[in-house]
Amino acid sequence: MTEFEKIGTTRRAYTRRDFLKGMGVGALSVAASPLIAACARATEELAPTPEELALAGPLNFSNWPYYIDEQTNSDFESEFGVSVNYIEDINDNEEFFAVMQPLLSAGEDSGRDIIVLTDWMVSRFINLGWLDKLDKSNIPNAELLRDGMRNVAFDPNRDYSLPWQSGFTAIGYNPTLTGRKLTSLSEIFDPAFAGRVTMLSEMRDTLGLTMLGLGLDPSTATVEDAEAAVAKIKEHIDNGHIRRFTGNDYGTELTTGDAWVAYAWSGDVIQLQLDNPDLEWLFPEEGFMLWSDNMLIPKGAQHKATAEAYMDFVYRPEIQAQIENFVWFIPPVKHDLVKEEIAKIEETPGELSENPLIFPTEEDLANAHIFKPLDEDEEAQMIELFESVALDLY
Amino acid sequence: MPYLLILPGLTWLAVFFLIPIFTLGQVSLQEGTFAEGFRFTWHWQNYPDLVSRFGRLFVRSFGYAGIATLLAFLIGYPLAYAIAFRAGRYKNLFLFLVILPFFTSYLIRTLAWKIILADEGFVVAALQALRVLSEDGRLLATRTSVIGGIIYNFLPFMILPIYVSLEKIDKRLVEAAEDLYANSPRAFWKVVFPLSLPGVFAGSLLTFIPAAGDFVNAQLLGGPQQQMIGNVIQSRFLRVLDYPGAAAMSFVLMASILVAVALYARLFGTEELM
Repeated sequence: MTEFEKIGTTRRAYTRRDFLKGMGVGALSVAASPLIAACARATEELAPTPEELALAGPLNFSNWPYYIDEQTNSDFESEFGVSVNYIEDINDNEEFFAVMQPLLSAGEDSGRDIIVLTDWMVSRFINLGWLDKLDKSNIPNAELLRDGMRNVAFDPNRDYSLPWQSGFTAIGYNPTLTGRKLTSLSEIFDPAFAGRVTMLSEMRDTLGLTMLGLGLDPSTATVEDAEAAVAKIKEHIDNGHIRRFTGNDYGTELTTGDAWVAYAWSGDVIQLQLDNPDLEWLFPEEGFMLWSDNMLIPKGAQHKATAEAYMDFVYRPEIQAQIENFVWFIPPVKHDLVKEEIAKIEETPGELSENPLIFPTEEDLANAHIFKPLDEDEEAQMIELFESVALDLY
Repeated sequence: MPYLLILPGLTWLAVFFLIPIFTLGQVSLQEGTFAEGFRFTWHWQNYPDLVSRFGRLFVRSFGYAGIATLLAFLIGYPLAYAIAFRAGRYKNLFLFLVILPFFTSYLIRTLAWKIILADEGFVVAALQALRVLSEDGRLLATRTSVIGGIIYNFLPFMILPIYVSLEKIDKRLVEAAEDLYANSPRAFWKVVFPLSLPGVFAGSLLTFIPAAGDFVNAQLLGGPQQQMIGNVIQSRFLRVLDYPGAAAMSFVLMASILVAVALYARLFGTEELM
């Protein structure tokens, strides 16, 4: 280039020679990289451990909100050297089903290694073939599962699911506002409580409790039973007795006092009691509902072995105690083991280890009912009935 | 060459609007259940079936949306007028305050109303003291709170278009009217209001159309007797898994809104839009 041409340029023009040089360096590095990688691997392979070879990361875990403490995931990460990608994107079984459906029905990877869903949705996933079977040899701590949870109708050998937490659905209420302590499900229909009662938008919870109030058994529910429960609910919508059908936002109404009696979930009520000590939980004499949320591995999960290692990890009693200290639902692992561990870490002695909502007695559990696993036809009919009444279209 | 400039917009519309509408239309003509699978059979029967079942809720939703739009207009127009003509150097501040609630999510704004309108809250207490509400009256789980929630959530959509069209009006036209012996109210009615009609039209559409399909306000602030067509579509799709039904209802909703808007445009006369 002439002196004149160099004025105004900060570097010389890119020539053909530069191009060939660049290609040369590129070709050399591409050829050399396997050699470099092989050297690196060779040093690693000097001492491989079974965990390192088997555990691929990151672990993609989808869960409900407020369902884990702050410590457990980092403990897992430091022990196993795999990062945990924990996302609280499950808010509703049906909404999550709608998210998974296009992916799993087309046989694609859902992007998740563990998901947590309630019993009846697990049943649907199993029937649709959307879950991978658990390799129990990777989950020795599965042995610590509570006896009462080992054989469930929707998954007899726990081939596909392991419970994450369980809970009760029954009544949360404010005795100061109702004026008395309640003992029975039929009291929810006391005319004095008109407009002060909320029910859940979850079909099995609401129909189940209403059936129990009518003396019917939800674990053997038929469509006729559902019709009876729906008729009872309709009667009380028409006369304005039932205020609203809620998700877990009944908490606001119980706190502001707009609702005096609500169909509620056990763990929520414990948390609400912290802010409002007036609120109480009722184990109705007719019985109440028990449900579980279960850990599942969706089909095509990329890190199945890691997921199984995680399940084994959270079933250690000391990790269960750690989770329990924050979550306050019913742990799936044998209760005497968890009680022991939780007694070591609870702030007020007996606050958690003596709480019947976290460690229910055998008597309580005998009174707890699980809604019958429905076949597709029954489910379609019951959901149609329930949705019609909840939308005041029955 | 000009047609090439439209191409990105057209492609976007085709991919994200036309194709989904077409797919939705196809689904609405299917029959079957989730369990046995859905088959495309030109099942036009979905439409009359669903309209007869849920017709009442269509009427209710249009009623709520219509009342909410009218009230939003009555509240929003004076505010837009004040900001455009009287705010002076505080104009931007007031506009910011109008948009401020939108900095939080739709859901949180609506949930906040559950606390504000609570039976033991000050709003209900004040209304009871003024004898507007009866002794044991309430606001939540009634038509009032659902419509109120809709108005609150869509008010900025009414205010901003009206503000923009008022802002554009040349103030000298008002002066000219006053020179011709018009007093203030007459000048407003003869000059300002007609010139602001395009903004009113845009604001009403932006309020009415989303309000008609809304489901959040009815779900959180309403009881079983205040449910809207949006709640039904959500229920059919998510819980009952009746995809053809939900699709058919979405089309009926779209068609009804189109008819309502066309009638509205007729009433206002299309010349005023130019």
